[in-house]
Amino acid sequence: MAVSFFYQGNPCRTEGTLATLPHPAKGYFIANGFTAPPDRPIQEGDQIWFIPEGQLPSAAAYAQILSARYTPSVYEKLKQAKVAIAGLGGLGSHIALFLARVGVGELLLVDFDSVDFTNLGRQNYTLADLGRPKTMATADHLSAVNPILQVKTAQVKVTAENAPSLFQSYPIVCEAFDQPENKAAFVNALLANTTCTLITGSGMAGTGSANDIHTRRAMGRLYICGDETTDVQEGTSLFASRVAVCAGHQAHMALRLILGDTSP
Amino acid sequence: MTVNGVSMPLKTAITLSEFLNEEQYDLTKIAVERNGQIVPKADYDQTMLADGDHLEIVSFVGGG
Repeated sequence: MAVSFFYQGNPCRTEGTLATLPHPAKGYFIANGFTAPPDRPIQEGDQIWFIPEGQLPSAAAYAQILSARYTPSVYEKLKQAKVAIAGLGGLGSHIALFLARVGVGELLLVDFDSVDFTNLGRQNYTLADLGRPKTMATADHLSAVNPILQVKTAQVKVTAENAPSLFQSYPIVCEAFDQPENKAAFVNALLANTTCTLITGSGMAGTGSANDIHTRRAMGRLYICGDETTDVQEGTSLFASRVAVCAGHQAHMALRLILGDTSP
Repeated sequence: MTVNGVSMPLKTAITLSEFLNEEQYDLTKIAVERNGQIVPKADYDQTMLADGDHLEIVSFVGGG
């Protein structure tokens, strides 16, 4: 019996399985946000997409994929969310990637630096990125995993003076600098001059237990992720895995704040 | 007063600057909240600590 449904965003009425719909030879079907086998019968009200091999889903298909997983109300909060990331090294390049995968609507990426070979050990870059500004390289990586993300970039060195104007329109800011003096100056500048809530990384060097990395609400608008003790020094360098644990904490706290949960 | 959740007797009238120096904090690596408000670095010298103050002092370590 014929049923009404949507295929590639257009209203259709027919009967049969997904395979009977016109589509390129290679690729896969998405039905109501989930991958579906070609022999699945088409049902009343289905939202069906065919994603050709090697292509990203359209913005509408991607929105449906996220909405089906998270529930529409959670997806709506994520879509409206704006998060800024200050510094695109081992922490920031991964925070950006996690938030892009989660489906945050808009990210601001700020870094003055370019990718060099020594970054590849713990930062989310590849050989093809060498010499490129980290803002551009990260923006490309994010676009390759999330076709509807709005990415803004600023290739500048952040100072106590320019930080408030750069970040004040972002309710959530992830601090991902390297030097403790820069972290402190940034936190002071934003807490004193903006209404941003900050999520900072402090203490993620060495090979100590990953379980020592925590998230703590240190002040009203300041969350600290890290072990808060292990500094970078001779004999205690940064390792990709432990830095990524800290980046995961920061990205996850940003997600919780977006969804309205302020507890660490 | 209370510092990072720990009760501390305030013996004499003292500025925030003097307290931080006494406790050997590196002023370039910290942020200080007093009674729920961030204290701008420029105000450390003029901020007199008072009985009943709640201080939250965060010290940052490197790596990112």
